[in-house]
This record gives sequence, structure tokens and C-alpha cells, in this order.
Amino acid sequence: MARFKLTFWKVVLAVVLLAGAWATVLRFTRGLGASTHLSDAFPWGLWIGFDVLCGVMLAAGGFTLTATVHIFNLKKFKPIVRPTVLTAFLGYVLVVVALLYDLGRGYRIWHPLVMWNPRSVMFEVAWCVTLYTTVLALEFAPVVFERLRLEKLLRIQRAISIPLVIAGVMLSTLHQSSLGSLYLIVPSKLHPFWYTPLLPLLFFTSAICVGLAMTIFESSMSARHFGKQLEMPLLASLGRALLVGLIVYSVLRFQDLADRGAFRLVTRGGWETGLFLVEIVLGLILPIALLIFPRVRESSGGLYISSVLVVLGFVTNRMNVAITGMEASNGVQYFPKWTELAVTASIIGAGFAVFALAVKYLPIFEAEEGLPSRGEGKAPELAGLSHARL
Amino acid sequence: MSKGILYDATLCIDCKMCERACAEKHGLAYDDAIAAEQKQSAHKLTVVLEQGDKYMRRLCMNCQDPTCASVCPVGAFRKTAEGPVTYDASRCIGCRYCMLACPFSVPKYEWDKALPLVRKCDMCAERVAKGQPTACAEICPTGATKFGDRDALIAEAQERIAKNPGQYVPHIYGLAEAGGTSVLLLSSVPFERFGYPTNVGTQPLPLLTYQVLSELPQVITFGAALLGGIWWITNRREAVAAAEGKYGDRGEKKWPGSN
Repeated sequence: MARFKLTFWKVVLAVVLLAGAWATVLRFTRGLGASTHLSDAFPWGLWIGFDVLCGVMLAAGGFTLTATVHIFNLKKFKPIVRPTVLTAFLGYVLVVVALLYDLGRGYRIWHPLVMWNPRSVMFEVAWCVTLYTTVLALEFAPVVFERLRLEKLLRIQRAISIPLVIAGVMLSTLHQSSLGSLYLIVPSKLHPFWYTPLLPLLFFTSAICVGLAMTIFESSMSARHFGKQLEMPLLASLGRALLVGLIVYSVLRFQDLADRGAFRLVTRGGWETGLFLVEIVLGLILPIALLIFPRVRESSGGLYISSVLVVLGFVTNRMNVAITGMEASNGVQYFPKWTELAVTASIIGAGFAVFALAVKYLPIFEAEEGLPSRGEGKAPELAGLSHARL
Repeated sequence: MSKGILYDATLCIDCKMCERACAEKHGLAYDDAIAAEQKQSAHKLTVVLEQGDKYMRRLCMNCQDPTCASVCPVGAFRKTAEGPVTYDASRCIGCRYCMLACPFSVPKYEWDKALPLVRKCDMCAERVAKGQPTACAEICPTGATKFGDRDALIAEAQERIAKNPGQYVPHIYGLAEAGGTSVLLLSSVPFERFGYPTNVGTQPLPLLTYQVLSELPQVITFGAALLGGIWWITNRREAVAAAEGKYGDRGEKKWPGSN
């Protein structure tokens, strides 16, 4: 192994993880009251708003891309299936880690699996997230199997890969939308900029947009750090799909705001209006205005900027639903405590670190094959192995 | 028959006997400092709010179709036949969705504990099950808090308003709010002055999520069939293209990694 090199980002990561470790001690010894700015009037904060809602949304590339490649059979996107599935899997694992911080009794996290309440959206989300994390683990498994040369397990995985992909897409559809449904029950508490019966549909549509944006973003990042990049035509068609997704979302969003007469609330000003406009301008108006030009869609810089804008815009959207929109009705101003920020930053940092390690030690980028479908497109070395057996 | 509590603020003298009885019943500490606290919390399940010479109790409304029971992922809350909404602490994972969702913001959290639970008034469920009144109603010296059959209490509340229209806001809070509640309130001043929400509507809130959840089985079956069908068609197309490619040059461009 190469000698350990101290870089700027490694120092940042170390500092963040250290702060996170101290915050963790405080969280689990002193309780949520001492380690967060949450209160009876404001029971859900950064850990739910960012770590869970945004975490799940940012991991949406997993189901978007596996569906594109294996259901819609657009095999040209295959080279990025593995990094995307890995990101999604890590994302979900980190969401569960964040939940262990946020739940008052994290050691009972398994309760929803045995103590049922099918009327609860949260119950449905718990089941979907559990099952989908399992599906992602199985979708990612071939990478590990290849590394360890476990051909028998690889063949079993291959046999169930299509049902797995379908299950993954269905489970994602359900819980991506259900994270929006969670807020259907608070019509009197959530600000009218964000409360709408369309919440589940809006959450689902935006998850697809963010999934595409994250795929473009990750591809640019991998180009920078691992020297692997998608060919320009592939990125451009992702950009086109993203443009279509954003337009569909905008039509739904603006139509709904107009129907409910929520637009005129903009004149009231205040925090809500400011952050509402940030969400609309960053996530919708700017990226649509950029992506509509073929010249932008066909340049890696243009695509990169557009995808970052979309991600920032929809992160703002989720935070607005979970935090901004819930403040006024509860008569509180919530801003996370340093401990909350440190834990969140550590979780993100750990995600980056694990991803970098996985890329280093596992065949994430070199093998073209993400999820094999029906024996075609095998990595050369493996194709040779299975031919030898047959 | 479903039981209820009728609290008539015009009869209340702010003696706080209900607060003390409630704390004793639920094994919570109660002293002058706690008596002076003007809000519900994990250690004060009911409170008599005071504004000049006007008083108002806050306690769990014990909804007819409780939002907490609907949202709880582990089914810790349950509406009993007698009226109380109970909480099973052994199930609770501490997610606080009940606190977020409750239209009256009643459930409170033990924020200072390493292993917290949710606390709320449970309308003295064990006492009510045995046919006894709630602790707060039993101790009330003026009859401001009255326990009885919900239907009879509604009739009585209507009668009180009819007899003294000048003395009351012409509204029984809890008769229809959020689909109706076991706790009913009468007051001479608007309820929102004491923090009771007036925008909760008369529809039981669980319907809002049930409308979506009840569609899921169809979404799953239809979606899975659709995706399976699309996969079949797109792969068949590829197989055909591959077969044709063997005999001519109409095969599509090869994918990276395919041989």
C-alpha cells in the first residue's frame, strides 16, 4: 500500500469525525434535550429533515438507474450502475445510522417489523426502507462476490437480478412518496407553501429528478477523483431526462400552488417566502433555464452546475417541508445545535470515506457490469470462467 | 358507552386540584414550582392556564379517531371502547411522529432522559375501565371538570349554552374538532386565546393518510406487472436485434462489455 498522505480533505474529515464523536458521547449520555435544539414544540429537526428526508432523496439515483438499465434496457448506462448502487446503499445505511441518533430508543428500531400498525405511514416507510436496504445490498453483492471469486453466489444473484430490480423500484416508489405522505397529516401545522395533498407525488417526482442530478454529479466527481467518466453523449442524455423531469415537477408544483392560491402568500415576506423562493429558483428555474440550451446539456461544466443547482434546490425543499414550514404554527425558531450539525457532518464524511475505500478495494469502476442480466455483457474474466464451467 | 370529560371554564376557580390529582395518579412529582408552570410537559400532563380572571385547562383531548394512534409506526396508542386513548410505553421507539402529528400538540417528550418516553394524559384509562371517574373530575370541587357519558355531556353543554347565552362562546370545543374528542370544553372567551387551534377542521385527520395508504396494494401489483412487462418487451427487442445481427448488419451498436 502506498504511504499515507495527509491532504487537506483528510484533515477536514478528521476534525469533523472528532467533533462528531464528542457529539455522539453527549447525545447518548445526556439525551436529546441536552444534545439538540429540539423541544416539545419542535420535535423533528435536522436529523429528520436532512439526514433522513434528504438522505433518502439523494440516494434515489439507485432505483432510477437500475430501472433505466435493466427494465428499460438502456444498457449504455451500465458503466455507472455500480457506483450509483453503491452510493444508494451507503446512503440508506447512513439514514439508518442517523435514525439511531434521532430515535429516543434506537435499540427498539426493529419494533415496527413485529409490532404492526398498517394505518401508519411511518410503519410503511420503516418496512420499505428495511426491505430496500436489503435489496440494495443484494444488488451490490456481485461486486463483492467478484472480488472474492464466488461464482456460485454470482450465478444465484444473476438468476434473481431482474425480480430484485423490480422490487427495488417498487419499494423506492412507495417510500420516496411516503416521506411526503408523512406530512399529509399536519394540514393545520405545515405552511401552505408546502402543505398539499400532492405531497407524495411531488416527493416521488423530485426524487427522480434528484436521482438523475446525483448521477450526473457523481459522474463528474468520479472523473475528477478517479479518472473515470461517462462519455459525453451519455451525460447529455441524462441531462435531457433531468430537464424533462424538472418540467414535469414544475407543472405539478406551480399548478398546485396556483390551485390553492398559495402564490399570493409571497407578498407576506418573511423566512418562509425567502426560502420558498430559494427552493424554486435554485431547484427549478435556474436549472431549467440552463438545461434548455443544447450547448449547456452537451458540456460537462454546464451539466455539473445544473445538477448541483437541482440537488441544492431540492435539499432546500425537503428542509423547508421539515423545518421552515413547521416553525410558524409551533411558534418557534429552530436552528440546529452544534452537536446536531457535527453528527450530520460526520455521517456525510463517513459516507465519502467509505465510498473512497470501496472504490479503492472493490471493482466498482473497472468492470462494466453492474447487475448482470441474462448472461450478456459479462466482464471478460468472468465470462471466461463460466465458459470454462459450461 | 363512550365516556367523556366536560370542562366548563366559567366554573373553574384555578385551585389546581386537578393538576395535583393527575400528578399523583400518574406517579409524577408535584410542588409549588411545578404548579406555577403554565404549560403541559412530560411531568405535567394537565395544566390550568390563567389569563387574568379567565382560566382554561389543557389535557389530552382523547380524540374519537386519534391521530396519534394512526401515525404511530408500532401501534403504541389505542382508542379504548370507553373513550380514553392509551399509550403502551413498552412499544415506543421514540420517533416523536405522534408529537408532530397531533393537531392539539398534546404528546410530550422526556427530553432530559437518556432513554426517553412520550407522556400524555390517558384519561385515567384504568379507572374509567373500572367504571370510576378520572382523577381530575373526581377531585374537582366546583364541578368545572365533569365526567360522564359523552352523549349526556354534550346534551348538558348545549343546555348550559342555551340557558346562559351571554356567558359562553356559542361553541362546544371537541364536539366536532378533528372528528370529535372525548374531552369537551366550554368557555366564555375564544378558545384560541388559550392556544386551542381553531383550524383543525372537523374531519378525522387519519383519513388524510389512509386515502393514500389504501391505494398502495394497487400501486404495488400494477407497478410490478407494468415493470415486468416493460422488461420483457425491451429484452425481447434486444434478443431479436441480436438474432438479426447474426445474419446481417442490422444489429445495433454493441454495448461496452458485451461480446
